[in-house]
Formats: sequence, C-alpha cells, structure tokens
Amino acid sequence: MSVRRLAKEQPESFTFKPETLEKANWWIAKYPDNRRQSAVIPILWLVQKQEGWVSEPAISAIAKMLGMAQIRVYEVATFYTMFMLEPVGSAALIQVCGTTPCMLRGSDKLMEVCKSKIGAKDKLSADGKFTWQEVECLGACTNAPMAQINDYFYEDLTPENLAQIIDDFAAGKSPKVGPYNGRHTSEPIGGATTLLDPKLYDGSATKPIKIPNAPVPEANA
Amino acid sequence: MRKMAKTLGILEDKDRIFTNLYGFQDWGLEGAKQRGCWNATKDILSYGREWIITNVKNSGLRGRGGAGFSTGLKWSFMPKEVKERPHYLVVNADESEPGTCKDREIMRHDPHLLIEGCLIASFAMQAHACYIYLRGEYVFERERLEAAVKQAYEAGLIGKNNVHGWDFDVYVHHGAGAYICGEETALLESLEGKKGQPRLKPPFPAGAGLYGCPTTVNNVESIAVVGTILRRGAEWFAGFGAPNNTGTKLFCISGHVERPCNVEEAMSIPFRQLIEDHCGGIRGGWGNLKAVIPGGSSVPMIPAEQCENLPMDFDSLRALRSGLGTAAVIVMDKSTDLIRAIARLSYFYKHESCGQCTPCREGTGWMWRVMERMVKGDADPSEIDMLLEVTTQVEGHTICALGDAAAWPIQGLIRHFRHEIEDRITLYRSRKSNVAGHSIAAE
Repeated sequence: MSVRRLAKEQPESFTFKPETLEKANWWIAKYPDNRRQSAVIPILWLVQKQEGWVSEPAISAIAKMLGMAQIRVYEVATFYTMFMLEPVGSAALIQVCGTTPCMLRGSDKLMEVCKSKIGAKDKLSADGKFTWQEVECLGACTNAPMAQINDYFYEDLTPENLAQIIDDFAAGKSPKVGPYNGRHTSEPIGGATTLLDPKLYDGSATKPIKIPNAPVPEANA
Repeated sequence: MRKMAKTLGILEDKDRIFTNLYGFQDWGLEGAKQRGCWNATKDILSYGREWIITNVKNSGLRGRGGAGFSTGLKWSFMPKEVKERPHYLVVNADESEPGTCKDREIMRHDPHLLIEGCLIASFAMQAHACYIYLRGEYVFERERLEAAVKQAYEAGLIGKNNVHGWDFDVYVHHGAGAYICGEETALLESLEGKKGQPRLKPPFPAGAGLYGCPTTVNNVESIAVVGTILRRGAEWFAGFGAPNNTGTKLFCISGHVERPCNVEEAMSIPFRQLIEDHCGGIRGGWGNLKAVIPGGSSVPMIPAEQCENLPMDFDSLRALRSGLGTAAVIVMDKSTDLIRAIARLSYFYKHESCGQCTPCREGTGWMWRVMERMVKGDADPSEIDMLLEVTTQVEGHTICALGDAAAWPIQGLIRHFRHEIEDRITLYRSRKSNVAGHSIAAE
C-alpha cells in the first residue's frame, strides 16, 4: 500500500470549466442511469487535466455531481496513485518506471538524470516547472527503460535522451513521444523478424470466405 | 527490413493473427478490413451461441491474462437465459503485470480485432454491452481505441440496429494506476467507481459481477483472437503448440537480450529459439544467461540450465514450478544482481497491495524490508528460511492472488539461487570486523 494524503494547502473553491463539464457528462452517459458513480475515476482524471492536481474542493464538487458521499470520492482519489494530490510541475510531470524490467535496462541512470536536473523526487522543482517520480511498471517493458511524461510514453531512453527531453520541456517545446533508439514501436531494433509477407497486406484477406465447421443446415441433415 | 537467410521462428506470417502488431500498417477500419478483420463476422454470429462457444472450446484457447483457464469453458458458465439482470462482457485491459506489454499493441495497432472479438463474445454470452477497462497510464491506447470504436459505430458494425443484427454497445473505461485492478473482481469494483479491492468468491462474476449482473471478464488478447480463430477454424488454432497448450501467443521479451521485442509465435516454441530468432540472442551470448522470469513478475524464476530445451507453454513451465503467465519473458544475464532484481519486485508488490487482507498488507512490506537487507547481505543465514516460511504464510491466505504473486518470486530466488544470498551475507560479514550475530528480521 502507499500512504497518500491530501495536500495541506488547499484552494478555496473549485469550478468545472465548461469543456470539463461536457466531457464529464459524456463519461456519465456510458453507464446505466443509476450507476453514475462509475464515472468517478474518469472525472477525477478530467479534473486533474483541468487543474494539474486533485484538490479537496474538487473532490466535493465531484461527489455532488455524482451523488456520492464525499468520503467515497476521497477514498478513490487516495487509492489510485495516478491522482496527484498536490500541484505538480507546470512544464512536465516525469514518471520514470523503476520496476525490474526497466531496472535491468538502466532506469537507475534515468533517475539520476532527473535528480540532478530537477531535484528530489516527488517534490516540485524550485522553478515550479517539473515534478519527477519513480513509478511502478508502466507496461512498455520491451521498450525499457522508459518514462511517462505528462500523458505519453518516452521509450528506449538513454540518460542523454532524457536530459535533452527535460531541456526541451523547459524551453516550452514538445519533444516527440515513442522510442528514442530509432525503432518504430516494439519490433526488434534493426527491423522486424516477422510480418514481412506482402500477401498479408494485398487485400486478399477481404475476399468472401467460407467459415470452417459451419453447421449443416437442418433441411439437408 | 532485415535480410534473412532462413525462416525465423516457427510460425509463418500467414498464420499470424496480429498482422499489425508493430503499427506499420493502418490501424483504422479500412486497414483492419484489408487484413481480414470484420470478414464474415455476420456468418459467425448466424451459427449461434452454442456453435461459437463449442468452437472456441475446441480451439483449446486458454485465457491470455495469466491464469490460462479455458476461454470457451468460462463463457459457458454464464446463465443460459437472460432474466431480469442484463449480461455483461468486461475486457480486462489493465495490463500491469511487470514485463507485459502485449495488449497495448493490440489496442493501439489492431483495435478492430478487439472490437470484433467483443461483439462475438458478447453475442455468445447474450450481452448487449461490453466495457473495456484500460489501465490509466495507457492514454494513447485509450484515445486510439476510442477512435476505433467510433469508426465501428459509424460503419454500423456495432451499436443499435447494426449490420450484425445483435444490438451491442462498447464502452471504453479507464483506471488510474492500480495493479490490483487487473484482478477481475477488483476491476469490477473499480468499474463501479470504488477503490479496487477484490471481492470474495463466490459469488463468481458469472453469477454476480458488474452491478450484480452476470459478467465475464476476459483478457484483451483472449478476446482479440476469437474472430480469427472462428474464421480460420478451431483446428487451425489447435494445430500450433503442444496438446493442451494450443494456439499462437504474443510474447513480450524484455531485459538482457540483444533486441527486446514483442512477437507473435506458436505456443510451445523453445525458449532458446524464441530468443535467438527474434531477439538476437542473449546479451553476450547464450552462455551469459543467468535466469529467466518466463511469465511476468509473479511467476518464479528459472535458472539458465533449465532453459536449454524449454517449450514456452503453460504445462512445461508449470512442471518447472513456474508458469507461462502472460508470456512476459524477463531475461537476466550474468551481470544481474538477482537478489536486487527480486527485491525490486518485492517493493512493487508492497506498493500495489490493496491493504484489504492482513497477510498481504503486512507481509508484502515485511518481505520487502527483509529482501532489502538481503541485497546488502545484512542478515543472518537463518533468516533465509524465515523469509521462505513467511512467503508460505502469505501465499494462499488472501482473498486474491496478489499475496501469492508477492511470495512466488522470492521462493523462486531461494529455490535456485540460495547460494547467492548466502554468499552475500558472508561477504557482508567478512567486511565487518564485529558482527554481533542474529539481527532481528524486519525491524
């Protein structure tokens, strides 16, 4: 378990922006009428997108919106570790995967870069631009080591790549997402060993087919 | 593209299901159709529910989320008649088992195979609605999947009055960073808007699942292969792999290989062939292999000497007291500090325990703290057995399998590399002029 508490300093109030509200209603519509609570995680996420983090007044507002007891939203916000309970860097939230598959490929060195360029982990940097964290397996293990920065994955990183990416974010740029070692996605570097047969892609698979083992119509049986 | 002197691997391209695994082709509806997706789906549905379930059973498909239970059999547990409570299909796309990154590729590169599979599976279980639960971190994958779902609606493939004649809605949902939500009942709790703590079973989801309604939870890969299995025939799928371990399988190979990658291969492919044909071999050569975690972090590691002629399938790995799990192969060469590698996993389980059951909540923290001391060697040799004993106290004494999953990696380490822990302790002591003997475990 990880112990997570709300921030000591909280804003006075929270208001949904119209676009957040619109998206929240889109989410609520996905669930049966009497199951609005199902939308709580997606709406907490929208609030975090709007504000950068999840505050206590926001939790109250969500509870009201979904007809939930405030404590039920509170316990969801503190249970799920992607919800930031205090303000994070304005330029980037950098989450370096530290679990074993990334560790085996050098995530320690990525975290050293973060430490030297940004400062202590889990703390807002002095200039307010960055927060970095060590997080658990992000599910891109064949592209290790990697980090999630804001919403997207930066993969196959070296300490040099990551340092450059941090500099780019600091300069207000949006560095490219995906692998940084030249490959497309998760194929073996240097070229895929499979899926090379052009027949897979010539449209022949669209031809009408007879399904094997189709039941014999009863009239003929 | 690499020039090949010989065919690599066992499976031929014509028999691959995920033909856009790497995203070199169009992920959208047109591209998917070009590759055979949505072809004759209506015919498949016209043969009826029993036919679908029988053929999925006959294909030998075992769940791809880790447990390896027969998918067709699982579907058959759903009530035969729909009563007052609707039926649901829930797709587990909370891919979080360390080492695993296959469902991600399906969702971002072949999303229509998943959507088509959802329709077929839902029809077979008389569900008119399906929720796909993605882990919160998969933002790009969620955006892509939402886009594909939208395409399917617009083309009338799903939705009300669709071309297939079975009213059917797909809803994409997401979590927010909790490994435990990959456990099916925790996932359902989370989908209902609660913290993800597993439910006691029974009742099983097929009786009372999402919103108390009959529900089946299946892994992404299990669902996404169904359309192709039925199109090509159960016998085709059953023709790959060893008996009882059939089909094609996505393998995720990470760690100390020359070229880590995802690849679809025939089940039961020998480990060495998998690594040498697709991953360029072990870093530093075959002789440099030390150990492998063959099925995601939860399964016990196996040492190099057991890997030589090892078929990668459920039963072969089970016989070695490990498991195929999600087929996430984590390779470790001789440079690896295995104690640290496992200690990091212990930290993972400590971090991800939901806190509901005491053996897990307390045990994962205890095991991690002892493991951290083992990494340094700051322990008494007798504590190795104490640690092993504690793993057995956690294992099997919790509502869900997270407790087991936390115990097994440590058991695997001690089973095969106990001497390394002992050596570490000896080394640590030899450097201390005055060690006062037994220190207390996990202060």
